[in-house]
Amino acid sequence: MPVTATASPALAADAVEPGRSLWQDAWARLRRNRMAVIGGVVLIVLTALSLFGPLFLAYSYEEQNLALGAAPPSAAHLLGTDKLGRDQLARLLFGGRVSLLVGLAATSVSLTIGVLWGSIAGYAGGRLDAVMMRIVDILYALPFTIFVILLMTVFGRNFILLFVAIGAVEWLTMARIVRGQVLALKRQEFIEAAVALGLRKRRIVLRHVVPNVLGPVMVYTTLTIPAVMLLEAFLSFLGLGVQPPMSSWGLLIKEGAEQMEEAPWLLIYPAAVFAATLFSLNFLGDGLRDALDVRASKD
Amino acid sequence: MLQLIARRILETIPVLVLVATITFFMMKAVPGGPLDTEKNIPQEIKVQIEAFYGLDQPLWKQYASYMGNLLRGDLGPSFKHANRSVNELIAAALPVSLELGGIALCVALLVGIPLGIAAAVRQNTWIDYLASTTAMAGICLPTFVMGPLLVLVFALHFEQFNASGWDFARDRVLPALTLGLVYAGYIARLTRGGMLEVLNQDFIRTARAKGASETRVVFRHALRGGLLPVVSFLGPGIAGILTGSFVIETIFNIPGLGRHFVTSVFNRDATLTIGTALFYAALVVALNLAADIAQAMLNPKQRAN
Repeated sequence: MPVTATASPALAADAVEPGRSLWQDAWARLRRNRMAVIGGVVLIVLTALSLFGPLFLAYSYEEQNLALGAAPPSAAHLLGTDKLGRDQLARLLFGGRVSLLVGLAATSVSLTIGVLWGSIAGYAGGRLDAVMMRIVDILYALPFTIFVILLMTVFGRNFILLFVAIGAVEWLTMARIVRGQVLALKRQEFIEAAVALGLRKRRIVLRHVVPNVLGPVMVYTTLTIPAVMLLEAFLSFLGLGVQPPMSSWGLLIKEGAEQMEEAPWLLIYPAAVFAATLFSLNFLGDGLRDALDVRASKD
Repeated sequence: MLQLIARRILETIPVLVLVATITFFMMKAVPGGPLDTEKNIPQEIKVQIEAFYGLDQPLWKQYASYMGNLLRGDLGPSFKHANRSVNELIAAALPVSLELGGIALCVALLVGIPLGIAAAVRQNTWIDYLASTTAMAGICLPTFVMGPLLVLVFALHFEQFNASGWDFARDRVLPALTLGLVYAGYIARLTRGGMLEVLNQDFIRTARAKGASETRVVFRHALRGGLLPVVSFLGPGIAGILTGSFVIETIFNIPGLGRHFVTSVFNRDATLTIGTALFYAALVVALNLAADIAQAMLNPKQRAN
């Protein structure tokens, strides 16, 4: 567990020592998990390709070549072109930027709300906790996909709104997990010591409680990213998310599904890349959970 | 127990009122009305139509009359489907969606539970790895990927099924598989986790020690506790199958509730949108409730309270 306030570098190294070994331990366990490692590597490669790949391509994601139309993969267009003659590889890589960005941004939104909500409820306890968790219970019962669809209709498929709407849906489980952790932490002695030292509540929550729930939060975050990406793709597939000529994996799958008979390559490549990304994120999340799970590390 | 059920039922009322209110005001905030796409309606007629549907009234009055009708179970007329009420549209579409969801749920349970049990009983063997990877594949191939791929292979390539429609018995196969396999993946993972936890407990060792056969240990002693996570997933799972039908019914062109919801959103058919949204919400809330009660009944600790 991280310790705060350091006087000198040497002291800091001393103080952090036990914490580092916990993380090193987890890291070693994670590295032994073959599927998680493969997942991590695939993710790094896909992210790098999406970020830097478009710089090396001869075509942009919106450049049309109507004469060409939907052409199968060839030397000039490695993954073929869509019905407007746009290079599929360029659209796939650019779509990767959009999909990954939505995944990260919406996850950050849900992470922030969920962690704050959960730690305040768990730390405050009593009536405030009861009210806050009751709200979470009620929201849980709502069919949120419907609201996201309505939100996207009302506010006209705004890109930023997409992040917020998706993030706002996915924070509930995070809040529950964090609250549970905080409740357990609250009874531990170092928190009592912090209270005895007269630290303010705000400082106790931010400096002592939040860092100690990092493990479960990290695990759940890795599992939230695929859920969020799925929701974005779902919305784009229904025509409510990312709009052409922009590109995202969900949108490409939608376009591919519409003409899979004449141009199956338009469906197969985006579907494969999207599935591979979800696969990797889920395996990495599972691996992290096994590596960081306190219960599992005892036996 | 009865008290718990009664309290949970009472709690659903504010949830439904909240859903109705939110959807009502959201649809009113949507830019563009249901009449916008009709070409060249003379102004006088438009005013008359709006008066007929009460659209000329102030917003709070529209809201009050909508909620009043709702109390009597009347969801109002559809703006797009001439002379049809939302109640009629839902009544016509519901059996289709229920059939699709029901078959999909059976697929999910019949594939997921055996897969999970096999993985747990043979933990860390090739059977476990194969089952777990299959389950993960089901989860990572969302409906809108799985659906088109199944159509591509079985309808277009092998020509065994129709690519869309809902006319013959065999038209049920691809949509139900698409919808069911995703949840089969989740259920398999939950079953595996639940079974593993139970199989490590003392009473299982006792059962083995007294000479019970492995089949009896697994199915008689372990399964009941091992399936608890699956039962608690059923509420949200069925809700997911219901919303999953938005995509499935669009892909396969099935005349169910999900397609009504999606097209009504695009058509600005506010009453149909609110009606279907509300209906979905009520279903989801009811299913969550049922899952909670089922879980309480299966769990002796909660039953005692």
